Amino acid sequence: MEKRTDKNSYTILFAVGMVVVVGSLLAFAASALKPKIDENKRIEKQQNILYAMGVNENDEGSAIFVSKGKVADEFSKYIKKQIIIQGDKVIEDDKAYLIDIKKEKALAKEDSYQRRLPLFIGDKEGKMFYVVPIRGKGLWDAIWAYVALDNEMIVQGVYFDHAGETPGLGANIKQRFFMDDFIGEHIFSNGSFTGIKVAKGNADPLNKDKMDNEVDAITGSTITGDGVTAMLKSELKLYVPYFKTLKTN
Amino acid sequence: MGLLSKKDAKLITDPLADNNPITIQVLGICSALAITAELEASIVMSVAVLFVLGVGNVVISLLRNVIPSKIRIIVQLVVVATLVIIVDLVLKAFVYELSKTLAVFVGLIITNCIIMGRFEAFALANGPWRSFLDGIGNSLGYAVILIIVGFFRELLGSGTLLGIKVLGDPIEKTGVYAYGYENNGFMLLAPMALITLGIIIWVQRSRNEALIEEN
Repeated sequence: MEKRTDKNSYTILFAVGMVVVVGSLLAFAASALKPKIDENKRIEKQQNILYAMGVNENDEGSAIFVSKGKVADEFSKYIKKQIIIQGDKVIEDDKAYLIDIKKEKALAKEDSYQRRLPLFIGDKEGKMFYVVPIRGKGLWDAIWAYVALDNEMIVQGVYFDHAGETPGLGANIKQRFFMDDFIGEHIFSNGSFTGIKVAKGNADPLNKDKMDNEVDAITGSTITGDGVTAMLKSELKLYVPYFKTLKTN
Repeated sequence: MGLLSKKDAKLITDPLADNNPITIQVLGICSALAITAELEASIVMSVAVLFVLGVGNVVISLLRNVIPSKIRIIVQLVVVATLVIIVDLVLKAFVYELSKTLAVFVGLIITNCIIMGRFEAFALANGPWRSFLDGIGNSLGYAVILIIVGFFRELLGSGTLLGIKVLGDPIEKTGVYAYGYENNGFMLLAPMALITLGIIIWVQRSRNEALIEEN
């Protein structure tokens, strides 16, 4: 005799039941936890921006953010102004850091849309910092960064992150040994915008030459490194017109 | 082990060596290649699989009499995927930093053949307690290989262990680097994971000839 569980009607019922149960379970979990997850993401953005500015609790070798409890205070202490650049318009908005760069990039594919570019202006011990959030593609998934520049357009700090680069290889872009190399690099060369190249075999592994617009690449992460180069180039470029207006003022 | 009967204890000890899921059954190779460039990643992945396989085996075992055989593979997939996603959400809400470390592994856990393999071969035919032990045993067997491969790849590839420079500094030329030693960058790439795995299989089979298949 056919087993009860082999019948087609049973199979279909089971499948429908399973979908309903699992679906509502996941939907419930996702919506119940969403506020907490969003809050964590918001805190992380503030931590990232502060990190790029050099406001962090780094020990000798590893990157450590300011702690969760302190981040809100530190953020309002160091970030003096948040602006949104849209074409020629520049508006102030203290929620600018919540702009989703991914969405903006997607919207900007349509010609009619002018991408909103958030920029965070910080002040640390009398020194001005311009923190630029950027986003690009790595090997497997998205990569993004916060780049802090000073008045001279010299990098003062960066924070890289990624969604799914290979652990031990591409994922190392968020390690201190890679990020720290960017400090002091110029994004302009002879007055024109060049970005910073993640270069193989540039004979400068200690990264002593800060004028070459290059940092040393990570072995085994060529494509992630190329993604970082491309991201820095194409995204920072969008801010160049604004930075030029700063110079003339 | 006083707590477990001899038969139950075998569920834990067998997969550690003579019936290892990676070296004998040749399952879970993809993740063994993908994430073993660092010891830390190997350990994190092992813990994640330990949890998913332990709990997943129990769930499947409890459902074993009601799952329709025609769609059992889909049901198994749904169970793994649901477990992994719920765990991921909970981590994101309460231990955000840890969830960022684990993000890469989520996809790899769902597609890990060991998990489907144990559901199909063991949990569908055994009770929850034995299935739980089987899940733990197999994930420990998986962990042993991952950690051995991760240990050698990180040590020889980057000269570090868990991120600590154990061989000295390659740029400042201290430690063994002062004598002309160089890191082998090839160890960091996937082919060397496969070769390391091959060497483990070779060592294991030469020590226990019963494991060698007849032609």
